Amino acid sequence: MTETRPKPLVRTSDLSKHYPVGRSLLQRRIVHAVEQISLDIFPGETLGIVGESGCGKSTLGRCLVRLTEITSGALEFEGLDITKASQRQLRPIRRQMQMVFQDPAASLNPRRRVGDLLADPFRVHEKLSRSEMMDRVEELLVRVELLPEHAQRFPHEFSGGQRQRIGIARALALRPRLIVADEPVSALDVSIQAQIINLLCDLRDEFNLTYVFIAHDLSVVRQFSSRVAVMYMGSIVETGPVDAIFSAPRHHYTIALRSAVPVPDVDNRPGQRIMLKGDLPSPLDPPSGCRFHTRCVAATSVCRQERPVLSLVDKNHFVACHHPSAG
Amino acid sequence: MPTDKPLLVVENLCVSFLTEGGVVPAVSGVSFSLEQREILGVVGESGSGKSQTLLAIMGLISSPNAVVTGSVRFLGRELLGLKRRALDAIRGRQIAMIFQDPMTALTPVHTIGDQIIEQIRAHERVSRAIARKRAVDLLDAVGLPSPESAVDRYPHQLSGGMRQRAVIAMALSCNPALLIADEPTTALDVTVQAQILELIGRLRDEFGSAVILVTHDLGVVAEVADRVLVMYAGRVVEEGGKGQLFREPLHPYAWGLFGSIPPMHGPRPARLTAIPGSPPKLSQMPQGCAFGPRCTFRHQACIAQPSLGGAGGHRSACFLPQDGRQDLRRTLAAGAVPA
Ligand SMILES: Nc1ncnc2c1ncn2[C@@H]1O[C@H](COP(=O)(O)OP(=O)(O)OP(=O)(O)O)[C@@H](O)[C@H]1O
Ligand SMILES: Nc1ncnc2c1ncn2[C@@H]1O[C@H](COP(=O)(O)OP(=O)(O)OP(=O)(O)O)[C@@H](O)[C@H]1O
Ligand code: SF4
Ligand code: SF4
Ligand SMILES: [Mg+2]
Ligand SMILES: [Mg+2]
Repeated sequence: MTETRPKPLVRTSDLSKHYPVGRSLLQRRIVHAVEQISLDIFPGETLGIVGESGCGKSTLGRCLVRLTEITSGALEFEGLDITKASQRQLRPIRRQMQMVFQDPAASLNPRRRVGDLLADPFRVHEKLSRSEMMDRVEELLVRVELLPEHAQRFPHEFSGGQRQRIGIARALALRPRLIVADEPVSALDVSIQAQIINLLCDLRDEFNLTYVFIAHDLSVVRQFSSRVAVMYMGSIVETGPVDAIFSAPRHHYTIALRSAVPVPDVDNRPGQRIMLKGDLPSPLDPPSGCRFHTRCVAATSVCRQERPVLSLVDKNHFVACHHPSAG
Repeated sequence: MPTDKPLLVVENLCVSFLTEGGVVPAVSGVSFSLEQREILGVVGESGSGKSQTLLAIMGLISSPNAVVTGSVRFLGRELLGLKRRALDAIRGRQIAMIFQDPMTALTPVHTIGDQIIEQIRAHERVSRAIARKRAVDLLDAVGLPSPESAVDRYPHQLSGGMRQRAVIAMALSCNPALLIADEPTTALDVTVQAQILELIGRLRDEFGSAVILVTHDLGVVAEVADRVLVMYAGRVVEEGGKGQLFREPLHPYAWGLFGSIPPMHGPRPARLTAIPGSPPKLSQMPQGCAFGPRCTFRHQACIAQPSLGGAGGHRSACFLPQDGRQDLRRTLAAGAVPA
């Protein structure tokens, strides 16, 4: 880590997000959805975030673009502390960071034409004439490989893949620097999924985008990311360059996760599968020490007592484990 | 029971819906057969007719606007048109079905134990105590942790993976000759999916069941299936042994599917070989081959409807010459990697 790296676009320090659950004060429990995450995201990189349902991927994504309040820790965007920034203070920064969701339909008003939906960001952030606005909208539609006349249609008149293109167009409207994409292709058929991944790749090169790409599909993350962070129960347990994470993972959870992926190949079967025992523990009652110790093949008594912290094991490769695998 | 007879023979199965927008041909002439103890994977895009095919086999299409024709023979007996009572006796006893959402098979107000016990006693005259013992054994067999206490839990007290296991235990309670599973792992995490897939493989080995597994995930098929059907727009476009289909797929749609999946090993392609466009609307089918509008190799002949053909149990519905298809496939893959 001696080489000089560019300044991070986004930096989180011990960022945590807790949700109170339970109806009355007496029953109130806390879900530690995101727990003390320290992460630098550098300009131009695509950080893939993987992990199983409920591990906190979406919560982390929403924290990064300040779509949700942060419980503790700090968040910086281009060196500016925005942890507690008000909506008004955030306004000039908003246009630089956008989000793309799994189900774009949920975020598109069904009663408005696509052209109007896409014009919204310009109305809020830029003073453009109506015809200028329409030119920009058509430009956007063409860029995401739709047709200018699609501006006249309503969201429900589009297929799932086309709606995701609209969601991407909307995120792209104000030329953001950062796009957090939360499972953008998870609801799509593989053939359509591939189209959208190719599109996101082209846009990255064309607009110098930095992506945070959240997905539970490891093969998609491998295809699209330059760096990967693996989450388990609210924390990052391993992070490193994509090839290191996939060909030489060091955390026992990453190893099990990778080996569980069914591979569509009958000749190059992956080796012995590591079958995880049991299910995820309840987030309301997380295990002591290493959160993974209840399912880990390598757990010892220290794992049950002490929480391992992320430490460097190889170039840019960090692992939170008392007994990391040899890789 | 002679084992050389096929367990299930489906012939020219058609399902269409009469809607305001016209006739929707959801399943058009699907034919296949299934051997005893065989695991058949069915893959295809959303809306390609996978679920409707399974529902038609089970006699579960109840919409008054649906027209189901063709033939479904289970152990030589025609199921299509069978009376409700006769069907009920076969379903749940010789044929069991599991769905993507385990809650469709579970009642929230009863413990999973009670539900399995009821299922057993609906088909067999055994005491509650014996049925309960069987329920615990089944929950153990499907890998539910501490089955003696799990048997008294309500569905909402179990995780998604545990619920799906409970449903599989329920399906197995009558030792079905055929298990039909529609996307049973789609809603589950990969580590849990791996456990359920292992369980489905064991069903055949330990319980002797044949399985039809519908999924959109070719990885899942590679994992558990013996034979594979690929569906597109309501038809089977390719059928073959798993090895045949994964090593030398014959249909341009299958080529596109394989090219669309990012590899888990080896070099990453600069771009994926996505299939352009999207599947046709069933109410506005193109003339001839339904894949035509998305197909790189569409030619004169394709304005007619191709039928399944080919040798050695590996068949495809495509007008391209049988020889030289793998060369064509390679040109497609090469086009995807820009210099
Ligand atoms: N608004 C909320 N109130 C209470 N708990 C919440 C809320 N949002 C999320 N959680 C909890 O926080 C944890 C993390 O949820 P999150 O949605 O971030 O997970 P995820 O990794 O995105 O999961 P998935 O893969 O299913 O989308 C879960 O235990 C979830 O139940
Ligand atoms: N009651 C109905 N009326 C009209 N069309 C219907 C009806 N039920 C199903 N369909 C149509 O039948 C077609 C086949 O649907 P089916 O559910 O079998 O697809 P599938 O391959 O299982 O897709 P998925 O992967 O999304 O589950 C779809 O286009 C669907 O819209
Ligand atoms: S710290 Fe211990 S329990 Fe956690 S992953 Fe490492 S070896 Fe396993
Ligand atoms: S029949 Fe023609 S259009 Fe259809 S898949 Fe074959 S080559 Fe393509
Ligand atoms: Mg999420
Ligand atoms: Mg279906």
